[in-house]
Amino acid sequence: MIPPNFEYHRPATVDEAVGLLTSLGSEAKILAGGHSLLPMMKLRFAMPEHLVDINRIPELSGVSVVGDDIVIGAMTTENAVIADPILNEKVPLLPEAAKLIADPQVRNRGTIGGDIAHGDPANDHPALALACDAVMTVVGPEGARQIPASEFFLGTYWTALNDDDILTAITVKAFPNGAGFSYRKLKRKTGDWATAACAVVVALSGGSVSHIRITLTNLGPTAIRAHDAEAVLSGQTVTDELIKQAAEKAMAICDPAEDLRGDVEYKTAMAGQMVQRAIAEALSRAN
Amino acid sequence: MAKQIVKMTLNGQQIEQLVDSRTLLVHFLREQMNLTGAHIGCETSQCGACTIDIDGESVKACTHLAVQCDGSDVKTVEGLAENGVLHPVQEAFYEEHGLQCGYCTPGMLMRSYRFLQENPNPTEDEIRTGISGNLCRCTGYQNIIKAVQSAATKLQDNETASA
Ligand SMILES: Cc1cc2nc3c(=O)[nH]c(=O)nc-3n(C[C@H](O)[C@H](O)[C@H](O)COP(=O)(O)OP(=O)(O)OC[C@H]3O[C@@H](n4cnc5c(N)ncnc54)[C@H](O)[C@@H]3O)c2cc1C
Ligand code: FES
Ligand code: FES
Repeated sequence: MIPPNFEYHRPATVDEAVGLLTSLGSEAKILAGGHSLLPMMKLRFAMPEHLVDINRIPELSGVSVVGDDIVIGAMTTENAVIADPILNEKVPLLPEAAKLIADPQVRNRGTIGGDIAHGDPANDHPALALACDAVMTVVGPEGARQIPASEFFLGTYWTALNDDDILTAITVKAFPNGAGFSYRKLKRKTGDWATAACAVVVALSGGSVSHIRITLTNLGPTAIRAHDAEAVLSGQTVTDELIKQAAEKAMAICDPAEDLRGDVEYKTAMAGQMVQRAIAEALSRAN
Repeated sequence: MAKQIVKMTLNGQQIEQLVDSRTLLVHFLREQMNLTGAHIGCETSQCGACTIDIDGESVKACTHLAVQCDGSDVKTVEGLAENGVLHPVQEAFYEEHGLQCGYCTPGMLMRSYRFLQENPNPTEDEIRTGISGNLCRCTGYQNIIKAVQSAATKLQDNETASA
């Protein structure tokens, strides 16, 4: 399977890339790690006339600390996320979860920005971004703007990005002191997308929950934040009974697509299990 | 206009070639450079038979464009042996019977070669995770794991000998 023909461009700066996207319009697509885009092109699900390769724009990769913010360049690969000392210390959910994405070769190429920009509800970073209250930095012809993760994912393969926008960075804050975290992902084999997955970040104060995020992967048209499930635990001293109640609230908002991984009932039931396990593991790590 | 000149180092040699922008790296290697070591198993980035090394990282050549390699250092299984002497990873696969039909072997060798540089003294679990992007339909993996373990020892012995 060979992709359809296109014109290849390799800009050296973000400005040059934005210029290309502005002049080429909707016929152009950004090429990041290529591990979602090239497969789609082989299948003719995507047939861009121009590819704008952003792999040689150094300012787009790497992790830095700017004041309170941790800024992750959109072109930072999964393997770089896994190895990054700043992320391991301050937002350990991201490296831990990235280990569950695809396989070593794919993680050398696949980028956090591509995983988010693709808008695939099966991808793991959207739910992780919601769990970390991430903010996306997007650069378009009119300059840069910030979009919170909660307003970024609009539908399947549909995000807040316009055709001529580049996602340049994902900004998160360090987890609160003593926060616990977990990403539980049920998959059939290495390199598979989630049948159901759940991310949890929790912080305690005097034994009761002072901060909680519960988010879900591949259980609806986009990644979802389970607000009602969070409300069950917020301010409470968590018991097994409350964890079960939270899982039921999360299951109530699941709307997974039936596929070879299972039907709606099975996936929803597995979502309940992943939520319970992720809450329990996050709590066991919180202090 | 969809053709471009691409310059890269391929198995230690500088090359300059005209390629179609849509040509996948694995097709470029096999059909244009006559390097048929990298195999095509799935063409959908699942099986790892096409694994090669680009700038010191394992990459699936079926999901990478040849034009993207401009300025890169690319190594394929053909570049493993030096002056007719097998690389320790190749020797280990041969001695430990780390193959049956051999279809997955070029990818297994290239991934093991790179993995042992990332992690020179791996546990069995780390080997299994390290080669989890490479499928083998014949061996049941046991001898492949043994081969990687044996290669790790050989490489470490070489290191000590040359120190
Ligand atoms: C075998 C296999 C298994 C996989 N398993 C998983 C898994 O378990 N979990 C998971 O989350 N993913 C998985 N993936 C997908 C993989 O993580 C992709 O790398 C990722 O979805 C896309 O990132 P990319 O950098 O490769 O982007 P590309 O494929 O290059 O791009 C994807 C889309 O996003 C756009 N885009 C990319 N970067 C930007 C940007 N900076 N700004 C604006 N638009 C941009 C592109 O134009 C394109 O439309 C798997 C892929 C494979 C091949
Ligand atoms: S042919 Fe490239 S991964 Fe299977
Ligand atoms: S030896 Fe036959 S596929 Fe591995």
